[in-house]
Amino acid sequence: MFTIFGVPSAALFGQLLLGLINGSFYAILSLGLAVIFGLLNIINFAHGAQYMMGAFVAWMLLNYAGIGYWPALLLAPLLVGAFGVVLERVMISRLYKFDHLYGLLLTFGLALIIQGLFRNQYGVSGLPYGIPAELRGGQALGFMFLPNYRAWVVVASLVVCLVTWFVIEKTKLGAYLRAATENPTLVQAFGVNVPLMITLTYGFGVALAGFAGVLAAPIYSVNPNMGADLIIVVFAVVVIGGMGSILGSILTGFALGLVEGLTKVFYPEASATVIFVIMVLVLLVKPAGLFGRAT
Amino acid sequence: MVTMRGLSVATALWAVSLGAAQAQVAVKLGVLNDRSGVYSDIGGEGSEIAARMAVEDFKASEKGVTATVVAADHQNKPDVGSNIARQWYDQDGVDVILDVPTSSVALAINQITREKNKIFLNSGAATSDLTGAQCSPNTIHWAYDTVQLANVTGGAMVKRGGNTWFFLTADYAFGHALERDTSAVVKKNGGQVVGSVKTPFPSNDFSSFLLQAQASKAKVIGLANAGGDTINSIKQASEFGITQGGQSLAALLMFVNDVKALGLRTAQGLVFSETFYWDENDATREWSKRFLAKAGRMPNMTNAGTYSSVIHYLKAVAAEKSKDPAKVMAWMKANPTDDILFGKGSVRADGRKMHDALLLEVKKPEESKGEWDLLKILAKVPAEQAFRPMAEGNCPLVAKS
Repeated sequence: MFTIFGVPSAALFGQLLLGLINGSFYAILSLGLAVIFGLLNIINFAHGAQYMMGAFVAWMLLNYAGIGYWPALLLAPLLVGAFGVVLERVMISRLYKFDHLYGLLLTFGLALIIQGLFRNQYGVSGLPYGIPAELRGGQALGFMFLPNYRAWVVVASLVVCLVTWFVIEKTKLGAYLRAATENPTLVQAFGVNVPLMITLTYGFGVALAGFAGVLAAPIYSVNPNMGADLIIVVFAVVVIGGMGSILGSILTGFALGLVEGLTKVFYPEASATVIFVIMVLVLLVKPAGLFGRAT
Repeated sequence: MVTMRGLSVATALWAVSLGAAQAQVAVKLGVLNDRSGVYSDIGGEGSEIAARMAVEDFKASEKGVTATVVAADHQNKPDVGSNIARQWYDQDGVDVILDVPTSSVALAINQITREKNKIFLNSGAATSDLTGAQCSPNTIHWAYDTVQLANVTGGAMVKRGGNTWFFLTADYAFGHALERDTSAVVKKNGGQVVGSVKTPFPSNDFSSFLLQAQASKAKVIGLANAGGDTINSIKQASEFGITQGGQSLAALLMFVNDVKALGLRTAQGLVFSETFYWDENDATREWSKRFLAKAGRMPNMTNAGTYSSVIHYLKAVAAEKSKDPAKVMAWMKANPTDDILFGKGSVRADGRKMHDALLLEVKKPEESKGEWDLLKILAKVPAEQAFRPMAEGNCPLVAKS
């Protein structure tokens, strides 16, 4: 057993692993934001509220319809994604011709309304949601006790992130999407239904938030403010990674989870601010973000 | 039948004429608390409902008092709370401010109430400074405080063998006060504090801090936090097998609503303190069911405290036939309290309301017989043992002997 700056290595490994787990949430959420921003140029401030909706829909499915965690993992993102599609069609699509700021204000307002409605209905104490039976318990790794559910969170989010990256960067569908953001008129002239594609992309980004919400429900407090607390950090992650960069947001999400984990060991009081300090430094040195391209 | 109705009409008329003959004293009660944020389920609308129930139950108008209740949201911000309080006192004719959770806001209202010479009956805030260094002749601290929480929960845990402690402390005034007061109790009872970690407020993820607590090998992990922070730390402690590993959790500030939010499976076995539990006796059950019908949830100690404080205040106004703050405060401190929720009690010279505190344990899922059947009462700690002795509080109002 050796020590690093007075902290036993075993404890350090444990904290790094935990950082990776938190990083999974940052990665999925910032990925959704990056997809929406990269392809629609909308700064989706309602992302936190949509993450919260994912957790609540999982709770509702269980309590009103008796549908458990595993089906909810698929159903809740679909429902939340469908809600996103309606939102995009009815409201957001009207703003594409204006500045980013309008989209930001609209989605920010929507987030406040959604949170307010949930708060009115369910209060702020939160609702209980158990860990699925298959994933209870955990593994003794020697240096720490790793709950099975946390391991599952890392695996699930890695898979989702990589598949998303692959689809957007390496497939024909992804090529259409990227082309449509560069020059929508031209792509439409080739017979591709661009508005539909954009609507579905927004729906997908929102579904990612819903998915993260279901993943979070068994371990975090399910309450209407759960997304509001997280979304600011996730925005910082997106800014550090570079607005709109898919791979950047995934890597930055995991990396910042690790940095935050280390801060919690060496100087816990700063763990809530360390990400913002990094954001400031990155903006000063590389304003387009670590993986962003200057335009 | 006809005669019966005639009789009751006559009685009513007589009562009305009697009421008119007596000069009615009109009082305005303002419930000031968090209506939309993290503490809105603890006080919130529930405390307004409790205040209205008190006015109703006291039958104020028959006793020469006309009481109206108003309410506002202080958003847990001292500046917002102070503005509302000034407006209420200066322009809206409010005589009493009630509830006020969030220690920082409560201390601000404490100051303003003294300045304006009105009355402040606090049930929602935790800080024991309200009856300590910052005590005021215009303030009564009704439901609970940090010293009582530390004494009851901390003392009980040490007596059960939990003699080494590690704190997870919310990194702001309230968390620091709770850690300080509990550490003192632990040491006084022969225990030892092996470490603490200050967690940013509010936090989502406590796993890292819990792991540090686990590594400390302390027998008890003290949660010097509240609301969502407490819920998240308990939920994650159960996930990381902390309690199964033999360490126990002490939730230093917790309400029945928090237990409901956690669910019994996660919260079972947890020990904490409130000064009121709805299922204590027939009177509390009957009252709480009425509350449930109006509020949609069971009451906790801050709602019950608000009710109890309004009852005692109205008694004072009715007895003095005046709402002069000095007279009313003198009456409230001179006469014992007695209501259906807290039973008999008293108000001390430093403004501390004295009543027994409950040591509660969360039931196992199989022990619970209903949606709100969540807790069992392990012990009733007499007021003198639960609260800080007046001489130790450094309250300037109380001459030291």
